[in-house]
Amino acid sequence: MKKMKLLFSPLLLVVKVIVRVQERNFVLQNEIDNLKSICKEIPGALASFVGYVRDFSNGTKISSLTIEHYPGMTEKMLVDISKNASKKWPLLGTLIIHRYGKLNINDQIVLAAAASLHRKAAFEATEYMMDYLKTSAPFWKSEKVNKDNIWVKAKLDDEFAKNRWK
Amino acid sequence: MKILYFSWLKEKVGNNLEEIRKPEEVHNIMDLIEFLKDISNKHQEAFKHLKSIKVAVNKNFADFDTLINEEDEIAFFPPVTGG
Repeated sequence: MKKMKLLFSPLLLVVKVIVRVQERNFVLQNEIDNLKSICKEIPGALASFVGYVRDFSNGTKISSLTIEHYPGMTEKMLVDISKNASKKWPLLGTLIIHRYGKLNINDQIVLAAAASLHRKAAFEATEYMMDYLKTSAPFWKSEKVNKDNIWVKAKLDDEFAKNRWK
Repeated sequence: MKILYFSWLKEKVGNNLEEIRKPEEVHNIMDLIEFLKDISNKHQEAFKHLKSIKVAVNKNFADFDTLINEEDEIAFFPPVTGG
């Protein structure tokens, strides 16, 4: 009997999910190569997003950033976000790496990536994962301004960005 | 029950973890907040603006009317700011 190949049924595709919350830095190319290598089929498209530490926040110069997280819940939320992305788009694999601890200006903070057969799903899923990460993953940033550490306030814009996927 | 605090809530309370026996009158998160506010002025101050406080029960987002048990892990924190 001829095997039927259903390319666009997300439920039938085996989606690889990688989530890591770590202090150490990451190398974008290595992470992308790794995600690509574990996909069940060759992804024709892989989109990625990297977030960096800015030197200005609301017009104020900052010298460093410290990120706190809730161990256990953070990973759980990131896996949930990844799985939800896989339900919305026909993905082959997803990747989220988020750092914590003290970071300097220009340092990499976060990497989100999605692999798919076609670019639209990869682009949209990456954006979706970032929008949900921003509002649902328990991380808190504290910015060093002069000698003070100031907790960053959540932005309403991030909430709006998430709601457009509903 | 285990109570965790993060970000500025941890600083205001002066602790990141408190372990208490659930008082009989505490049934949901809001009851717990009322109980905690009576512990110290620091707690009172930390829970002053409930609009800027989120809560999780056993690592899942919850509401102020979520029911809680002795063995639960409750976490209080401000809206998240990662990414």
